[in-house]
Amino acid sequence: MADAVAPKSRTLNLGSVEKVPKGQGFCFIVDGREIAVFRQRDGKLFATQNRCPHKQGPLSEGIIGAGKVICPLHSHKFDLCTGEGPDPKECVKVYSVREEKGDILISVDA
Amino acid sequence: MIKPNRKKLVVVGNGMAGARVVEEILRRASDQFDIVMFGAEPYGNYNRILLSNVLNGSQKATEIFMNPLAWYDENQITLHAGVKAVKIDRERKVVVGKRLRRDATPYAAGETGVGTEPPVEERYDHVIIATGSRPFIPPMEGFGQRGTFLFRTIDDCDHIASYAKECKKAVVIGGGLLGLEAARGLLTHGVEVTVLEAAPQLMIAQLDPDSGAMLKTAMEAMGVKVLCEKITTHIVSENGKITHLLLKDGSRIETDMVVVSAGIRPITDVAVASALTVDKAIVCDDQMRTNDPAIFAVGECVQHRGKIYGLVDPIWEMANVLADVLTGKNPSAAYLGSKLGTKLKVMGVELASMGETKPASPDDEVIVYREPKRGVYKKLIIRNEKLAGAILLGEIDTYNLLMQHFMGGTPVSARRADLLFLPSEGPSMLQALDMPDSFQVCNCNGVSKKAIVDAIKTGCTSVAKVGACTKAGTGCQSCKPLIGELISAYHDAGVPDQSEHFYVPGVPLEKSVLVAEIRRMGIKSVSEVFNKLAGGKEDPASKVGLASLLKSLWPDEYDDERDARFINDRVHANIQKDGTFSVVPRIYAGVTTPAELKRIADVAVKYNVPLVKITGGQRLDLLGIKKEDLPGVWQDLGMPSGHAYTKAFRTCKSCVGTDFCRYGVGDSIALAQKIEHRFQGVESPHKMKLATAGCPRNCSEAYVKDLGAVAIEGGRWEIYVGGAAGGSVRKGDLLCTVSTHDDVLKYMGRFMQYYREHGKYLERSYHFLERIGIEALRRILVDDGEGICARLDADIQKAVDAYKDPWKEAEIPHYPQQFSPPELARILEVAENNG
Repeated sequence: MADAVAPKSRTLNLGSVEKVPKGQGFCFIVDGREIAVFRQRDGKLFATQNRCPHKQGPLSEGIIGAGKVICPLHSHKFDLCTGEGPDPKECVKVYSVREEKGDILISVDA
Repeated sequence: MIKPNRKKLVVVGNGMAGARVVEEILRRASDQFDIVMFGAEPYGNYNRILLSNVLNGSQKATEIFMNPLAWYDENQITLHAGVKAVKIDRERKVVVGKRLRRDATPYAAGETGVGTEPPVEERYDHVIIATGSRPFIPPMEGFGQRGTFLFRTIDDCDHIASYAKECKKAVVIGGGLLGLEAARGLLTHGVEVTVLEAAPQLMIAQLDPDSGAMLKTAMEAMGVKVLCEKITTHIVSENGKITHLLLKDGSRIETDMVVVSAGIRPITDVAVASALTVDKAIVCDDQMRTNDPAIFAVGECVQHRGKIYGLVDPIWEMANVLADVLTGKNPSAAYLGSKLGTKLKVMGVELASMGETKPASPDDEVIVYREPKRGVYKKLIIRNEKLAGAILLGEIDTYNLLMQHFMGGTPVSARRADLLFLPSEGPSMLQALDMPDSFQVCNCNGVSKKAIVDAIKTGCTSVAKVGACTKAGTGCQSCKPLIGELISAYHDAGVPDQSEHFYVPGVPLEKSVLVAEIRRMGIKSVSEVFNKLAGGKEDPASKVGLASLLKSLWPDEYDDERDARFINDRVHANIQKDGTFSVVPRIYAGVTTPAELKRIADVAVKYNVPLVKITGGQRLDLLGIKKEDLPGVWQDLGMPSGHAYTKAFRTCKSCVGTDFCRYGVGDSIALAQKIEHRFQGVESPHKMKLATAGCPRNCSEAYVKDLGAVAIEGGRWEIYVGGAAGGSVRKGDLLCTVSTHDDVLKYMGRFMQYYREHGKYLERSYHFLERIGIEALRRILVDDGEGICARLDADIQKAVDAYKDPWKEAEIPHYPQQFSPPELARILEVAENNG
């Protein structure tokens, strides 16, 4: 029996936090994946898959605040920390993201 | 379970008020107090309002319990049931109680009926007195003998019911609410019932003479004999059995039993014995405190600002305030007195009454509707356009609407009939939506609209589920239809927040208060609103509404934080389902030129626009444009934004008017162009779609627009407001008729500004109009009834002056990423982490 393979992740630098307007989101394409990075007014960073699981609305264009994003298409709301959506079946993938020396560092699966 | 660090709270009285205040305290702080309750009755708390159901057998005594004995255990409350508190020893800080004999009357005065056991003593930090009322017994001889009863407790019901079995005739003394309830209960036990009332009419506290007479007719039709202006002097018996009553006017009435239900009086014995200030009742301040700062009182035993209350709503309000004060949740909470309104069923006759029953001065407007055959009577007393009182008998379908006006002090419809009769279709939903959150739906259990809507939103989608979750509808059940309406109004998740009491959900203020606070504090940005008015907590769902409001309040000084805007307003285009955008350039009045059309065609070709469509608003829509192409599209078009993406003035359609049309009587094109040049970009609670029509044939559909102008013979223009032809279809109401284009612009601008100031966010003009009423709008906007027209005109002018074409941001974006597409990350790898 093969040994269980430990999950692998990489930490990437997406560049200056200034790329994401304050209080808004911005979409990066990482290895072909659309990832929305959000920068709250209080400086907190969050990252999720960009597409809303409901009808593929671009979450990076949504309104954010208090750790939530509202999809611009049909106002489905997601928790930016946990990815939880309006329905247990409707969640978004969240990525670990932080600021270091003014840059955005994000962890993605290898 | 006594924990040393907790304060000890002793509640004297275990009726609806006492139990309610304890529930409210536990809801706020379940762990703050050790709670001890004294209840003279040997039961838990029950719903005294439903006693008549117990008497008439429609409910069992066990069904009306609100807090059964198990509830006290679950909440670790020590209940001394059957023990009457007789004194508060304020020096030792101890409440002294004495056990009542099982056969004692719990509400009897003083220490009547107490047993010989040693007293029960409870030390306290705080005391709440909630001793309620006892029945009033008018002076007469012979009351107290066998066959005479009061009607106040479950035991009273038992005694009356069992005694009635051996009787043929019963008299109820007292023709008020409780007396009639007692009469109803007695009827079901097969006795002939006569009600004796001292006043000239029934229910003198709630009804006027006419409605009192109609109620008497209704009672008599059901088999209850009613005699008014009758005062009993003697209850006469022979061989231990009652035979008849002697009345003050010399007449006599044969009967086998007597129930006295002639009103109630506050029970103040314990307060008097404890040397607290007592006038007609226990005197309390706005925080329900007696003259001893450790002792409070709630309920019917309270005298607040000279008033005593005998209905449940004020008791719930007092309980809320006291719970806020005692738990420290809001130490400055204040009870400011209650306006009284009530809805009840007397022997199956529906009845509602609020405020005053008769006019106080010749200036009061009195509206009466009478339909004797059906037993329907409706009366309104209107003072300064506000409802000062109302009586509804036999048909109470507008009760909720009237209560809203009465409690809120809001101006009523100039068409008074709207207050008396519900239109045959449609409006009840609107009414449910418009009702303020604080509106109490269930008067038995004091459940607000907000609590019910919250329950609906968590999945309680039937009246029974709402009842299980909130208790609403489980008392007298008269509010069940309204709960049903709320479910149908709020169950659909798509219902917008316009129904909320607050302007936006994240700032707990209604619009007028919010506006006043923003003005007072000079708040110019959305983040500042959250910081100063919402405890620093951002609410994403509230940002857009606040941004719209701030922009209309400070047209050119507003600090425009773009993160508070919806994506459409960040990029001045309308997002589509695939994330592309639509572009609608402004074509004033729908009049274009060959050169413009050529440019539009060139743009469509250059940017591979997948769909070019003529819209319902006489515009050309270019659909499927990528965000990053927007600035280029706009620059190539060389036309201003058509604002087709935002809550603002959208378009003004027109017909061909007088230039070519054979029928046109007014120049609708020129007017529409002036309107559109003037109001382009003016933001509002929701979109505003306009039209002008050159004659009443209405080819441009001006009658069904948010605002419309229709030319009529004689060079005049009719201005219609509040029309709709989308999801709702509604012909606008005529605001006024004017003679010039400039006057059309003036009155349209006034209406827009008033709507901008008073419309709820996402409230379309037609809902706004129905909420305010066309007569009220005419009075304000045409007759200048509030003296604000000049100010409205000046403020809309400011908004007009603040117009900037947002598509100019094509040249200089407002922020660098405004039109940026997703960025392909050029990966600078930092580390590889192996699990």
